[in-house]
Amino acid sequence: MAKEYVTTREIAGPLLIVDHIEGAKYNEIVQIKAVDGSIKNGQVLEVDGDRALIQVFEGTAGLNLGGTRVKFLGKGVEVGLSPSILGRIFNGSGVPIDGSSAIIPEKRMDINGNPLNPYARNYPLEFIQTGISAIDGLNTLVRGQKLPIFSGSGLPHAQIAAQIARQAKVLGKEEKFAVVFVAMGITFEEANYFMEDFKKTGALERSVMFLNLANDPVIERIATPRFGLTVAEYLAFDLGMHVLVILTDMTNYCEALREISAARKEVPGRRGYPGYMYTDLATMYERAGRIKEKKGSITQIPILTMPEDDKTHPIADLTGYITEGQMFLSRNLFQQAIYPPIDVLPSLSRLKDKGIGKGKTREDHADVLNQLFAAYARGREVRELAIVLGESALTKTDLIFVRFADEFEQKFVKQGEYENRSIEETLDIGWRLLSMFPVGELKRIRPEYIEKYLSRYTTSSEGDTKNAD
Amino acid sequence: MKDKAGRVVKVSGPLVVAENIPQAKMFEMVYVSDKKLFGEIIEIKGNKASIQVYEDTSGIGPGEPVYSTGLPLSVELGPGLIGSIYDGVQRPLDELRKEYGDFISRGAYKPALNRKKEWLFEPVVRKGTTVKAGNVVGKVQETPVIMHKIIVPSGIEGEIISIIEKKKVTVEDVVARVKTTEGTKEIKLFQKWPVRIGRPVLKRLPPVDPLITGQRVIDAFFPIARGGTACVPGPFGSGKTVVQHQLAKWSDADIIIFIGCGERGNEMTDVLMEFPELKDPRTGRPLMERTVLIANTSNMPVAAREASVFTGITIGEYYRDMGYNVALMADSTSRWAEAMREMSGRLEEMPGEEGYPAYLASRIASFYERAGRVFILGSGKEATLSVIGAVSPPGGDLSDPVVQATLRTVRVFWSLDAQLAYARHFPSIHWLRSYSLYVDMLSDFYKKEMGEEWIEIRQEAMRTLRREAELQEMVRLIGIDALSSKDRLIMETARSIREDFLQQNAFMDADTYTSLKKQYRMMKLIHLFNKLAAHALDKNVELDKILSLPVRVEISRAKFIPEKELKKFDVIEEKISSLFNVLVKEVENG
Ligand SMILES: Nc1ncnc2c1ncn2[C@@H]1O[C@H](COP(=O)(O)OP(=O)(O)OP(=O)(O)O)[C@@H](O)[C@H]1O
Ligand SMILES: [Mg+2]
Repeated sequence: MAKEYVTTREIAGPLLIVDHIEGAKYNEIVQIKAVDGSIKNGQVLEVDGDRALIQVFEGTAGLNLGGTRVKFLGKGVEVGLSPSILGRIFNGSGVPIDGSSAIIPEKRMDINGNPLNPYARNYPLEFIQTGISAIDGLNTLVRGQKLPIFSGSGLPHAQIAAQIARQAKVLGKEEKFAVVFVAMGITFEEANYFMEDFKKTGALERSVMFLNLANDPVIERIATPRFGLTVAEYLAFDLGMHVLVILTDMTNYCEALREISAARKEVPGRRGYPGYMYTDLATMYERAGRIKEKKGSITQIPILTMPEDDKTHPIADLTGYITEGQMFLSRNLFQQAIYPPIDVLPSLSRLKDKGIGKGKTREDHADVLNQLFAAYARGREVRELAIVLGESALTKTDLIFVRFADEFEQKFVKQGEYENRSIEETLDIGWRLLSMFPVGELKRIRPEYIEKYLSRYTTSSEGDTKNAD
Repeated sequence: MKDKAGRVVKVSGPLVVAENIPQAKMFEMVYVSDKKLFGEIIEIKGNKASIQVYEDTSGIGPGEPVYSTGLPLSVELGPGLIGSIYDGVQRPLDELRKEYGDFISRGAYKPALNRKKEWLFEPVVRKGTTVKAGNVVGKVQETPVIMHKIIVPSGIEGEIISIIEKKKVTVEDVVARVKTTEGTKEIKLFQKWPVRIGRPVLKRLPPVDPLITGQRVIDAFFPIARGGTACVPGPFGSGKTVVQHQLAKWSDADIIIFIGCGERGNEMTDVLMEFPELKDPRTGRPLMERTVLIANTSNMPVAAREASVFTGITIGEYYRDMGYNVALMADSTSRWAEAMREMSGRLEEMPGEEGYPAYLASRIASFYERAGRVFILGSGKEATLSVIGAVSPPGGDLSDPVVQATLRTVRVFWSLDAQLAYARHFPSIHWLRSYSLYVDMLSDFYKKEMGEEWIEIRQEAMRTLRREAELQEMVRLIGIDALSSKDRLIMETARSIREDFLQQNAFMDADTYTSLKKQYRMMKLIHLFNKLAAHALDKNVELDKILSLPVRVEISRAKFIPEKELKKFDVIEEKISSLFNVLVKEVENG
């Protein structure tokens, strides 16, 4: 039986300093009993001689110096695992909250995991069809990728993430797949939205949820995503499933990290976030991927709301430095009632090149993608110019570009929340839009593809009529 | 063993403080706890030593033993380095996977150089020869393109009293014995060298030749010299890694050291998958046969990340000491600096700017200082080590202390621009902000290799781009109509330089590498068109007529002309000349 210490010397924010302890280990978990008998969990952040610094996941409210009893448990934070974990809902500390009994673990894993050997990685290159044109067509997601959604408060990132979870599939394959959903500091309403959606579509049986909501302890958020990712690793690499991990909202996670750092009086980095935040985030994001000779995969969609929509904010900036691209949501598109309001220009899937093309999506995909991108970029530019100088200042070609930009947003980007477009449909919409240009403007598409595909779309006058053949 | 051990007193993440380590020395390697976690002493105060531990310290606590080794953190240097992938402290990741599985468990260890593999050793000196550090005693064909020279390690000088004949040996077998004033010393295929100390050279020299990279914006505008230094700062997604990968693939160095320092695991996988398939344009052999990879990705221990750049550069120096031209890429030096910052913070040192330690600038400078063109020890032959570092400043802000400290020491600045990347202009090296301080030093080479005219064409292109920026400013204020035909031509020429020359798609086979010769021909096409167009304007040909010449499409497609078919450039040039002749004649004939 582990010894209990009543030698708490200082309580500062979420931290506890305990004296005269013997044999405490770095990172081990502790159990803290308050005077009122309530139990909290903590973790050793530093041991110095006989003194330990402890972060308390549930916060230190209710703790005092005399009556607090601290027990060192001699192990790191672990999660119990078995196949029956699928369909279960846990709180942010891995305790079931769905009314069912605890899991009987076949295996326990430390939630911090070990770093994946880079040599063991397999490169992600399998196309995931999300059914969302702005993603599949221009910022293609592949299995094992980490592709965050850079959002802002009030934007429909939850709907997009849920739509991806609902529709994502790898073409031509029926495989075991699962969703791990990790909520950090989001509202009950938002978490419930996911839960209801998963229930409706039957995805709940294939998902595992970890919920730390807005009124749940802040420091617990440091552990919550690690529970989720450890489960994901188990499902992917022990059980061979393809796992989609949704982490929302990373902004709340980073704020918890900042709180600990401030309480430790560390030298703050930019905007008060700790200097090691890059590494801390990387130890989570890098848990996405594939492993050679293993069946499963972990694909991550972290969601973060950028304070003031500022992408140079450290949370977005450091995330962008680790992930393999990003999807930007635009307030402007949202205000024009365009769902999903994905701004394709600053968005980028860095792994798209290896996931598209002949045998994966379609031979013309890369060219169409480049052409759509270039045309939309030019269209946006000209549209802005028109605002300054007036439409009369535009040439005939310029006017086509403006019309293209408008229609691209309305017909390509915009789609229903339950509309699941195949990659062919997505590319076809692209071609139909491009057909408004004279062929000479389609410089990014190889002549043979223009010949093969464009003729299918040139006869109809309006973009949304059916293929004329 | 116990009595030789110190005791842990404090654990704070990767920092462990221990007391009473016998004869603790700075930068000495130690093992922490009976789990044998590998670390290095980075500070000594009284009887306490601070240790940065290269593995996760979870579960370690006060009272556990710390074993000293008496040796500084070192790397193993010998045949078998090429084609390997190591972590930041030279643990072979492929071997670790075989032994310990897909995840790197603590205390995992395998020697850097395979102890069982046999190499065919061939002596090049005879018994009785007097040798000293740097002399070559034998050689081993390490890969089909790399002849590994076995050099006398530092500190050994004297007469060879025995040397084996040509035969297969392992790295640990003794191949020669040298009688020195301190007794007989053995020479094996491998030696060790402390990573934090630069390997000595005979003489340092200023650079004279460029490192040809096949990247047009670099070779033509902002070249790096062999033995030179360069940095690639830019915000996330601006193309730092792609630039570094491109240099690793295509630059005409003999040996490439690529350090993935605190970046993505998949990027290393990418290299591991591609390099064995890609062929070196000079030797026709797979690129992996000249490459050493160091991968200490962002999820691997942060202290080992700090060490990774030193591990890499020491291996680089070792191949330089065989007389090779070595190029080293570190992606990203910011993550290295952050590792320093983290250790410094835990040591509770006085923070400098942005929390970085006060010695940040001097550490960065001394790292790049290990690059250079030199006469090597022993033969005195010339060899080079070029160093290219990526820098990842927060928000892409160039006032970042790491960027600033780097710019003070490196000679080439490839400034990646977010706006260009956003517009998918790659490589997003900004032509007005970037610079190379080697341009003048290298001009003799370029004159000889590409002709006097090249220097002029290049300068004119630069002038055009600068002028474009001014004109764009005007257009923004008063509209394009206000420009004269001449100025509009400049704008069009500038656009052609940007799109048809500077933009280079790394992922397109025909475009990913361009020889100097082809670069010259491409640039000359643009130059010729511009020259004749200006002349035609003088003869009152309408600009719109000029701009609608279909040959412009051929100029824009010239990047896809295969290296073997450069004759096609002659055809296009002739076509340009004759088309302009026709235009001018039309006007003259009314
Ligand atoms: N020369 C190029 N040709 C084509 N595409 C490029 C080129 N350079 C960069 N890109 C595109 O830009 C993306 C980002 O490039 P890269 O990964 O090199 O950025 P980075 O600056 O290293 O970012 P980070 O700091 O996040 O690591 C690539 O995935 C690729 O899509
Ligand atoms: Mg990079």
